[in-house]
Amino acid sequence: MKNILPLLAAAVLLCAATAAPASEGEELKHQKWPHQGVFGTYDKAALQRGFQVYKEVCAACHSMKLLSYRDLQQLGYTPEQVKAVAAENTIQDGPNDEGEMFDRPARPADRFRSPFANDKAARAANNGALPPDLSLLVKAREHGEDYVFALLNGYEDAPADVQVMPGLNYNKVFPGHQIAMAKPLNDGQVAYGDGTANTLDQEARDVAQFLAWAAEPHMEQRKSMGIKVMLFMFAFCAIMLAAKRKVWSTIH
Amino acid sequence: MAHFGESPFNNPVVRWIDNRLPIFTMLIKEYGVFPMPRNVNYMWSFGGIAMTMLGIMILSGIMMAMNYTPHTSLAFDSVERTMRDVNFGWLLRYIHMNGASFFFIAVYIHIARGLFYGSYKKPRELLWMFGVVILLLMMATAFMGYALPWSQMSGWGVTVITSMFSAIPLVGDGLVTWLWGGFSVDNPTLNRFYALHFLLPFVILGVVFIHVWALHVTGSNGPTGVEPQSPEDTVPFAPYVSTKDSFAMVVFLTIFLGVVFFSPLALTEVDHFRKFDPMQTPAHIVPEWYFLPFYAILRAFTADITIPFTQIVLLPAKLQGVLAMFGSIILLLFLPWLDRSPVKSGRFRPIFKWCIWLLFVDFFVLMYSGAKPPEGLPLILGQIGTIYYFALFLVILPILSFKEKPLPVPASIAADPGCCKH
Amino acid sequence: MDSTKDGANRREFLYLTAGAMGAVGVGSALWPVIDSMNPAADTLALASTEIDVSKIEAGQTILAVWRGKPVFIHRRTPQEIQEIRAEDWKALRDPQSDDDRVLKGHDEWLVLVGVCTHLGCIPMGSKMGQPKGEFGGWFCPCHGSHYDKSGRIRKGPAPRNLAVPPYAFVSDQLIRIG
Repeated sequence: MKNILPLLAAAVLLCAATAAPASEGEELKHQKWPHQGVFGTYDKAALQRGFQVYKEVCAACHSMKLLSYRDLQQLGYTPEQVKAVAAENTIQDGPNDEGEMFDRPARPADRFRSPFANDKAARAANNGALPPDLSLLVKAREHGEDYVFALLNGYEDAPADVQVMPGLNYNKVFPGHQIAMAKPLNDGQVAYGDGTANTLDQEARDVAQFLAWAAEPHMEQRKSMGIKVMLFMFAFCAIMLAAKRKVWSTIH
Repeated sequence: MAHFGESPFNNPVVRWIDNRLPIFTMLIKEYGVFPMPRNVNYMWSFGGIAMTMLGIMILSGIMMAMNYTPHTSLAFDSVERTMRDVNFGWLLRYIHMNGASFFFIAVYIHIARGLFYGSYKKPRELLWMFGVVILLLMMATAFMGYALPWSQMSGWGVTVITSMFSAIPLVGDGLVTWLWGGFSVDNPTLNRFYALHFLLPFVILGVVFIHVWALHVTGSNGPTGVEPQSPEDTVPFAPYVSTKDSFAMVVFLTIFLGVVFFSPLALTEVDHFRKFDPMQTPAHIVPEWYFLPFYAILRAFTADITIPFTQIVLLPAKLQGVLAMFGSIILLLFLPWLDRSPVKSGRFRPIFKWCIWLLFVDFFVLMYSGAKPPEGLPLILGQIGTIYYFALFLVILPILSFKEKPLPVPASIAADPGCCKH
Repeated sequence: MDSTKDGANRREFLYLTAGAMGAVGVGSALWPVIDSMNPAADTLALASTEIDVSKIEAGQTILAVWRGKPVFIHRRTPQEIQEIRAEDWKALRDPQSDDDRVLKGHDEWLVLVGVCTHLGCIPMGSKMGQPKGEFGGWFCPCHGSHYDKSGRIRKGPAPRNLAVPPYAFVSDQLIRIG
């Protein structure tokens, strides 16, 4: 259709218009993720390692309030393993018949335990900075998992001409370059049970994939349903075109 | 007056119903034998596509409403619960989110067709005006709908746009407080936006009914702008135009579903995934893409109009922007009287044709400007774009009405040598 | 233009296929809409509850909540079991023997959904001081249904015995309901 060309030009302009302005951080390298692309699926082994990183390192300060322990079954854990993981955490429940709040081990149906009772407690424990909830972080940052990976690898000594404010750390990826979070991951920090080398690069890669899953647990269902739907729709388009042409052939 | 019992159908059940409420007679008349210009091209399919999108939006919206909670402390989490725990909730949300965008794509192309081919001219002026009303209702609905997840973009977008009304002299501040239901954007605002967002699509449905009614009084325009004069010029809606429109609908849905399943967040700002924090403004507040051209017009006005050599401000820049933004849509209502050329179609109006193409380019230039911070080149482009927009409708088109020498218009649709290849 | 008989058949087939694909498309689009109204994952996660019964003494009843409904967990004394099994259950309105309403090997435990089978009120009798009705079990104050010590309907408008939910002993102290 001769009208397509302006529409295509518009689409290109639109993409350019809505692309993020080049951030003050370094240009982000696009990583290859197993879950990217039309046929991409999550690497469950990586998700399990990533969950381990979250549990042992990040969960000390970062909540993930939108996830429930039962969601971990999607990572390949059995119901018993999920129950055990949940029970490692103590959460508050109540009031009981005496009217008091009490602590109990978490169950699979419970949401992930938060490290702090509320945002103000979190700020008080972190020099006024609020460690963001990680449930949607990958969707809430430009370039999602690439950004998370680059940030965790992005800690370095500040250049000579930059003065790092007290309480902050230099990170070449973080917008403004000065981040309240101290370097969270190092080589050998998390002991992986499956023999994977626990370099900083690997830990960062695994936790980035875990966070990508946490932001979009249904991605695999979306893509597999999408492939079936698109195949059907392409066939449907062809049939409809043939039917339309057949109808109009009587008068052309 | 028809006497009872004259329905022409053979099937007894159909006859019984039709004698009491002539739905079937109406369907045959309006969607069966209804004469359409035989040369309508695919630009004419977008009205039906828009109607399909309205249906999809209402259905997906109602299903989401079953899981949504309109309270500031629960709204964001209720949307995430829909995404994570409700069966196919993610699909309903992505359909609704992207459906809004595709609804606007269909309607903007539908309007572009109307502009290019002069479908707003006599006798279709009222049809066009109802269309503008639908556009305004769609914009209000979409604006309020975007508020409902109560994200950073939701809350701050609402704050920026509702604050705009404070520019109105005397009543501005009171009006804003009234809109908010309080002294800042908070729970009363969210709750009323939910009620209105639920209501307006059904108002749109009603106006669409009237819009199609008005269309069926005059019949459709065509690419030549020449009205049908004999049966040679027309084809019955069914099966010719119904199959053409259905094909176009399936293609459009294929593209829509491709986005829903494989790129559902392509048109969404990342700050839409952070909860609203009234104490922290995002770095860039950007409305949805379909509002960007009007946002650019709003921000194009930077100089207060003062009485010369005094400090007295007659018309603050902010108010100029508000008036221009609303004016840009309101003036569309008057288009049939701004452009009085008796020739309808841009095909036979060479200068008009290029001016309209330039308007389409201008739309995208304004869209680009609206997406960027209002400074430097984007601001200048926004200002040029705004000047062209108003100049076109208020100056150029009226002048062209009587100054332009049109090309010879075919005597009839059938006589047009370009006719009759689809 | 295809005006032959074969042409007509091919045409009809084409239109039929197009229509059928449309119907399939609409139908398969409708399933997610309908399924979204089924219980969501968080509701299903609360579909079973585990109750610690170790502290309940013989003759005592506790109230638990399962799927939003009250559940009576009553620990019977051997005497209560003997008495209730001596009755002729075949003549009851909703004939059911007592051992059919408990788990084998756990006869002392009676687990009932505490919702009257008449119109849904919660029968009394689980707490000290509440009326237990003429048969020593539960009494529904709304319209006067009397349930016996096995939770069976004996008198009053209720048509069926108090329901026994699906349950199992996960351990000696823990019952999982649902």
